[in-house]
Amino acid sequence: MVTYILRRLLMLIPVLIGMTLITFSIVHLIPGNPAQVILGETATADAIANLEKTMGLNEPYFVQYWNYILDILQGDLGTSLRSKAEISSEILPYIAATFELTLFAMIFAIVVGVNAGIISAWKQNSWFDLAAMLIALIGVSMPVFWLALMEQWIFAQELGWLPAYGRQDSKDPIAAITHLYVLDSLIHLDFARAGTILKHLILPSIALGTIPMAIIARMTRSSMLEVMKSDYIRTVRAKGSGQFLVIYKHALKNAMIPVITVIGLQTGVLLGGAILTETIFSWPGVGRYVYEAINYRDYPVIQSGILVIAFIFVMINLVVDILYKKLDPRIKY
Amino acid sequence: MAEAILELKELSTHFFTDSGEIPAVDQVSFTVHKGEVVGVVGESGSGKSVTSLSILQLIPKPPGKIVNGSIFYKDENLAKASEKRMKKIRGNEISMIFQEPMTSLNPVFTIGNQMREAIRIHQKVSKQTATEKAIHMLKVVGIPRAEDIVNEYPHQLSGGMRQRVMIAMAMSSEPSLLIADEPTTALDVTIQAQILDLMKKINKEEQTSILLITHDLGVVADICDRVVVMYSGQVVEQGTTREILKDPKHPYTQGLIRSLPKLHGKEKKLYSIPGTVARPRKDHIGCRFAPRCEFAFERCFKENPQIYNLGEGRESRCFLHSKQEGERLKDVTTNT
Repeated sequence: MVTYILRRLLMLIPVLIGMTLITFSIVHLIPGNPAQVILGETATADAIANLEKTMGLNEPYFVQYWNYILDILQGDLGTSLRSKAEISSEILPYIAATFELTLFAMIFAIVVGVNAGIISAWKQNSWFDLAAMLIALIGVSMPVFWLALMEQWIFAQELGWLPAYGRQDSKDPIAAITHLYVLDSLIHLDFARAGTILKHLILPSIALGTIPMAIIARMTRSSMLEVMKSDYIRTVRAKGSGQFLVIYKHALKNAMIPVITVIGLQTGVLLGGAILTETIFSWPGVGRYVYEAINYRDYPVIQSGILVIAFIFVMINLVVDILYKKLDPRIKY
Repeated sequence: MAEAILELKELSTHFFTDSGEIPAVDQVSFTVHKGEVVGVVGESGSGKSVTSLSILQLIPKPPGKIVNGSIFYKDENLAKASEKRMKKIRGNEISMIFQEPMTSLNPVFTIGNQMREAIRIHQKVSKQTATEKAIHMLKVVGIPRAEDIVNEYPHQLSGGMRQRVMIAMAMSSEPSLLIADEPTTALDVTIQAQILDLMKKINKEEQTSILLITHDLGVVADICDRVVVMYSGQVVEQGTTREILKDPKHPYTQGLIRSLPKLHGKEKKLYSIPGTVARPRKDHIGCRFAPRCEFAFERCFKENPQIYNLGEGRESRCFLHSKQEGERLKDVTTNT
């Protein structure tokens, strides 16, 4: 297991190098001189030359790339042009916000999706199966923004049960430690606040989790149906096992192998920031952070934001690979 | 004769498919006595596997269903037993092993885990005791390094070893009856002999009755006390192994035996029964073997032959045994 993980980590190195090459070239692919772009059209030639020197733009490309890598390895992601703040510290709350939302959205998607898939396969062609698969079909086909707006309209506007936007009560902000607000309020032992924050999470989590939930449900169902036909399931039944043991122990572990792939990919997509959902729910996530940077042509932020999102995606894939090995002892690399 | 452990009476299992009702098992009756090894022989599609799966109610339903008949296990009719009761029977009173040792064990759990589970479903013992019992059983079936094997996964073992594991698992609750569905078909010849020896040993030492499903008459000759020959969902002949191999009465059995290669024979070309097994149909009229039978006559295509009792437990489903066709039968047997 340890050698397997080490090997997977070694295989990440070329991927990470490829990622940095792409983000590095973003600045150089912008038409014109990057320093000119950054300073704007009215900049003097002196100012541009100065900035080129401080940015090292007059060095050869490989030296620039080498410096870029050294900066990244030291945790220096550059400075935002707009806020003049260090990106590495500025981006953290946004990542935390996205992470928290993704976590709850995926918990919703996995718990509902996997169980709906299992029961659908168990009671194939029953009314439950038909209803669950119909909902799953609607779930994958429905535009997220529409679902989000409908949720806000029904549960916030009409019924007034849940807050329509934001991460917390804006009149009473939390003293952030990890920027994961649920965790922070628990650290402060402030359970009332934790409740409010959880309430803020419900609507965006459901909006964001619906598509993954539907995909996971369909995937689990077809995978379970496949596994239930296999010889070893017949063996388990011939041993005298009850249906529950057959399904939740023997079939599920085998059936989850393809489902894990889907879960990993979906988690990666959500962690990359869901601009639509984050915008509708005024969620200060990484998607919106990068989106706003694009609006302001804040190139260092775009560059580093993409790098961070790509890095998270790669890490999720690593976790999926490790989970594969946990589920299936036959996997060797 | 010893007491009957398993008695099938006119068992019929039908499959309800889109293309109609298929009587895969049609009024099958036979008995397995205590300590006896009974072979069920037939080609692919003869219904022998469905018969064995029906006994433990393991046929996939839908589309399969036991529509008629009874399965008496020690005076209890399993055809009418509840699922709850069947769980107590399966793997405890009646165990089963399958044809495909490569795929019959769950690939994602260790051998020990799967064996412990089989033991602890039926016996209230600790995990520790179950592990010890598992190791003991693996040793009984002749697996070397049993202590290590319990921590290994099925893909780390060969086919023969996996079949031994299956047998060890099946025997762990000391069942009175072991159903073996083509246990040696997927194995090579030397391993096949070892597995058969193991089954003989279990039969002798534990007094476990064995119902052996096979298409291999060599296996039957090696291990079985009695033979049931099936064709297209029906029993066509049964009797002791010695009698059946020496003096087959039904034309199908005769054909089967003739199609065995002989080590010292003179024939240039190996005999084979012409045609293939007819798919059982509900509206079939006449003997199901008639289209392939070299002795078939008019009546064979018009009426369904019943079972003729030939005395001393021998039965055959063929009109040649009826009085008016008796003379023909004599010709048949002298010709072969």
